[in-house]
Amino acid sequence: MNALSRRRFLKLTAATIVAAGAAGRATRAFAAGSAPDGAGGVRQVPTFCDLCFWKCGALASVRNGRLWKIEGNPVDPLCRGRLCPRGTGGIGAHTDPDRLRAPLIRTHERGEEKWQEVTWDEAFDYIAGRMKKIAAEHGPESMGMFAHGIGGTFLKHTLKAYGAVNVAAPSYAQCRGPREVGFRLTFGDDIGSPERTDIENTDCLVLIGSHLGENMHNTQVQEFATAVGRGASLIVVDPRFSVAASKAKFYLPIKPGTDLALLLAWMHVLVTEKLYDAEYVAKYGFGFEQFAASLTTCTPEWAFAETGIEPDTIRATAREMARHRPATLVHPGRHSNWNGDDTQRSRAIALLNALLGSWGRKGGFYQPSSMDVPAYPYPAYPKAGRPNVDNPGRKYPFANEAISTGIRDATISGKPYSIKGWMVYATNLLNALPNQDETIRAIQQLDLLVVVDVIPSEIAGWADVVLPESVYLERFDDLNPEYFKQPFLALRQPVVESPHDQKPNWWIAKKLAEKLGLGAYYPWRDIEEYLDHRVTAAGLSYAELKQKGIIVGPRQPNYFDEGAPAEFDTPSKKIEFYSLQLEKAGFDPVPRYTPPVAGPAGSFRLLFGRAPMHSFSRTQSNRLLSDLMSENVVWLNSTAAARLGLKSDDFVRLRNQDGVVSNRIKVKATERIRPDCVYMVHGFGHTSRGLRHAFGKGASDAQLITRYRTDPLMGGTGMNVNFVTVEPDV
Amino acid sequence: MIEFTNFRHNPLVDPAVHVWGWEIPVYLFLGGLVAGLMIIAGVRLLIMRPTARQALVCCTIGPLAGLGLLSLGMLALFLDLSHKFHVWRLYLAFEPTSPMSWGAWILLFVYPALLANALAHLPEAIPALARRVPVLVKISDYILTRPRLVLGTGLANITIGVALGLYTGILLGTMGARPLWNSAVLGPLFLFSGLSTAAALLHGILVLTTPDGERPEFADFLLSMVARWTQARPLDNRIAPTLAQADNSFLTIELGLLGLLLIGHLTSTAVHQQAAGLLLNGPYAAVFWVFVIGLGILIPLFLQHLELLHRIRHTIAPPILVLCGGLILRFVLVAAGQASHWSAALP
Amino acid sequence: MSRYIMAIDTRRCVGCMDCVVACKTENHIPEGYTRDWITETVRGSFPTPSLEIRTERCNHCANPPCVSCCPTGASHIHERGGVVLVNQDECIGCKACLAACPYDARYIHPDGYADKCTFCIHRVEKGQLPACVSVCPTRCMHFGDADDPFSEVSQLLASRPSHTLLPEAGTKPRIYYLT
Repeated sequence: MNALSRRRFLKLTAATIVAAGAAGRATRAFAAGSAPDGAGGVRQVPTFCDLCFWKCGALASVRNGRLWKIEGNPVDPLCRGRLCPRGTGGIGAHTDPDRLRAPLIRTHERGEEKWQEVTWDEAFDYIAGRMKKIAAEHGPESMGMFAHGIGGTFLKHTLKAYGAVNVAAPSYAQCRGPREVGFRLTFGDDIGSPERTDIENTDCLVLIGSHLGENMHNTQVQEFATAVGRGASLIVVDPRFSVAASKAKFYLPIKPGTDLALLLAWMHVLVTEKLYDAEYVAKYGFGFEQFAASLTTCTPEWAFAETGIEPDTIRATAREMARHRPATLVHPGRHSNWNGDDTQRSRAIALLNALLGSWGRKGGFYQPSSMDVPAYPYPAYPKAGRPNVDNPGRKYPFANEAISTGIRDATISGKPYSIKGWMVYATNLLNALPNQDETIRAIQQLDLLVVVDVIPSEIAGWADVVLPESVYLERFDDLNPEYFKQPFLALRQPVVESPHDQKPNWWIAKKLAEKLGLGAYYPWRDIEEYLDHRVTAAGLSYAELKQKGIIVGPRQPNYFDEGAPAEFDTPSKKIEFYSLQLEKAGFDPVPRYTPPVAGPAGSFRLLFGRAPMHSFSRTQSNRLLSDLMSENVVWLNSTAAARLGLKSDDFVRLRNQDGVVSNRIKVKATERIRPDCVYMVHGFGHTSRGLRHAFGKGASDAQLITRYRTDPLMGGTGMNVNFVTVEPDV
Repeated sequence: MIEFTNFRHNPLVDPAVHVWGWEIPVYLFLGGLVAGLMIIAGVRLLIMRPTARQALVCCTIGPLAGLGLLSLGMLALFLDLSHKFHVWRLYLAFEPTSPMSWGAWILLFVYPALLANALAHLPEAIPALARRVPVLVKISDYILTRPRLVLGTGLANITIGVALGLYTGILLGTMGARPLWNSAVLGPLFLFSGLSTAAALLHGILVLTTPDGERPEFADFLLSMVARWTQARPLDNRIAPTLAQADNSFLTIELGLLGLLLIGHLTSTAVHQQAAGLLLNGPYAAVFWVFVIGLGILIPLFLQHLELLHRIRHTIAPPILVLCGGLILRFVLVAAGQASHWSAALP
Repeated sequence: MSRYIMAIDTRRCVGCMDCVVACKTENHIPEGYTRDWITETVRGSFPTPSLEIRTERCNHCANPPCVSCCPTGASHIHERGGVVLVNQDECIGCKACLAACPYDARYIHPDGYADKCTFCIHRVEKGQLPACVSVCPTRCMHFGDADDPFSEVSQLLASRPSHTLLPEAGTKPRIYYLT
């Protein structure tokens, strides 16, 4: 299929759909990679999932021209033939009646969600006009971008070609950033995504606030179940009796915000009882003596007062970890922005793993590898005239990615220079960033806010231009040369056509670039030309990739004893038990505990997390998934609930310390949570009227997160620092 | 303390089963009522002496009313079906383990039996009609001149009536999943409740059709308004006491059976105890005690007892109470039964 | 003869509901309805509660009250594996089977007939596993023939403790929960 025919095809399709006035249920098989229609008119197309960032290989079945079901691709090392509920429910993303359908330009005040439908050309003209104006008046660096997921690749490319430098992903400063920095400071390397955790081979898994099973990262959950099935020892630390906790040998109902005390006490036990991997520490460690010396006061008895965990339990669990080392995995978690001291907490987790000798060892942290797929040879981007705004003066010295909230700060303050435009791709900033007021204040400073998304998210409600993207089942995306235990290359390709006037992001990015006069940055005419070029450059067959969806590469050594290099990219080239670079920057060279700030009397600390069938605030209008869970509930300890005269299914509202009152939400009075905190699943309580199905169902934690504590090391925003009272909704 | 969360949310099933609304209780009530009318009609037909015209209401007006009431009941039943146009499938199969299948076939025989019973003495009961439609006289003569046919008709009505009455209870009784229903007592209970409502209906008709001159002086004011159209009808002075007496017997038995039902449940498993609790002190207790036991059984029993002692005159108050009580009994049992559940017994 | 059963490992199950959504797509279950579902049972009190998560569906009982109460024979036991099925054409929608099922496993399809889990017999007859079993990311679900002593399910039941749901209801359920 050549580029022209493909483009014309899309045009034709759109025209046909408009003419027919009905949702296009095209029966033509147009993805060359798809198998021919088999029995019962069924054809299968391999692609990879986009319901979350895990990117599992999927086989989509189309029956009689209609998307029927999506199953896991058996050759995919990530999903091993089995998707999670979101992936299985991906059909609902395609059929969601609340999807964005046509490009929209704002006609009223921002946030009023009133638009005029325009053609793509008009939308591009509008955006390009504003972007050129911003470049002329403020410089191209004043155009910022926020993106999430692999789909943002091409838009980022266009923005960088334009001269934008302030490109951030909330997945760093609002999610896994502290963890990456904490581990990098210790081992000289990130955890990455998918996490390099060897859960399937672990003999002892320690989860600290990480709710695997509810947090449905497919490979991890599969391996978690394998480990549980094998009888691996499981230690779960969580203020909430999570699903994982229910399977644990040891459940430690920790007081929220005191994890670091527990971690230090555990290390104290390992060191004082000489249970750590002395050989490993001696071989790879740096500064162990100073580290050990700093732990002397961190006794289990000391930690008990902070954490509420019995000293005996702390000792027993430390010994349990030591018994199984090095196949003991203290999981680094993923969303790690809790209390503002998160990098140091993550570093303590890294250090605990170092004591157990699990880094680079089977059942601990493996060494991932990826296939060598050269980047497309684009022209060089223009040289930035000004530095990035997100971290002025390296205020957060250890940040190694752009800080989304830093861009927001600069947008509000205009310092170090003003940001006048935001391009937002597939991230619902109003729910992703803490303190919605600040986000709105920043938006009010903008000359241009473009949102590219598949659904009318809250941030889309504030946009000047909304561009409707095809969902993953209707588009090609960039290749995924995954960095994993077994390297592989995966292709996303269309299974069905977009039902309305939605377009794939590569097309949007290329068209916008052309409007901006940056056509030279898109030397390829068509995405398949781009993909073919890259795959061929990697020495692989594009035809084979289209047919299989995934090409698996040769497995590289995963563990030190298999030959994986025991190299540590730290200043000392060793595992840094004592960090001179932290010391030099004025931080604790060994993590030090500070007690959490307590909330107002009678309030509960607000905790939030995930449900297995939803991703962020992006899936609540997916009818298949909302059928599984259409609203969230607030978990409240039964005793606390009784004290407040509440029982399960009563409606309440949550009021936070700053007087913000939530939408009404049902109570889950339960024995599964501490009495000093409440918990809710993130992503509900939608306020976007366009999300007709999800509108007003449940409550939004994001709305209540008005306060956040910024991590001084890397600028992450600790968000578990909000407190709420629970009021009956009458 | 158990915290049980079910994430299923199927319509009619969650959070609590409520598959049957008003249609089934109405059908069960009318079915029971017709069953009672059949049994009374059959008995009256068999023991009727040629001169004993006082029984005409029982064995003619009752069955005629029964034909209409049953049709109403079947309409309710039909309205309850969610796959209506497949209803004929009932008559392509006989499922011996399914009371509903039995019921479907029993209903087929109810109509001819009721009709035969009604036709036997129709010319005597409604002479005006017989004068206009002479063939009715011929049919009546045909039946009455054949004693074995009369016997057959009477026995058929009694047998089918008993089957119909029992079946309306057994239908629920076989639902092992609903502990409240899960009692064989439900069959006789519904049979006797049906008999009591039938006796009450006939009693009421007789009271209503009492000619002006013979009507009790302080008869209900309602009576004077509705009774006029029946002035030409001869009143059987003795049937009213007989029916009231019968009604009291049926009510007493019904009360006993309700007691047995509850005793059975209370001495059974935890789930059955919980099921009985729904009626005794649970969400259905108020309706059960006030409308079923009090107004539906005890008060009419007391009033009719006074009637029989000639302390008070016969009025339609007791029949109306009994009829309403019978209907509410079906509503309460159908609703509470659906609310009763095995998983309520989770330890 | 074969006797299909499921053995579900509650230790592995995380209650993610993949089984539920897989059933919905495989069998075109209308929005708002489901043939399988998740339950959570919490016993005890904080901080030492216990939690059992179960994926539940029609138990394909050996003594199915939904079949015995069906007036038309629409609810029947399939010759293959003893699977309890509903013939949509024969169903009149009387709902007796809904009332008769202690598991509340059935519902009335918007088209009027009673509907429920079929053990994906259409897949099983092609040698595939039921959709819910085939997608489960925790591999907690096992399907097979209890009459074959060498089947995975037979071996699992022989080697591990298990329980069924409401056995006291007398239905002889055939979904076993390994504990």
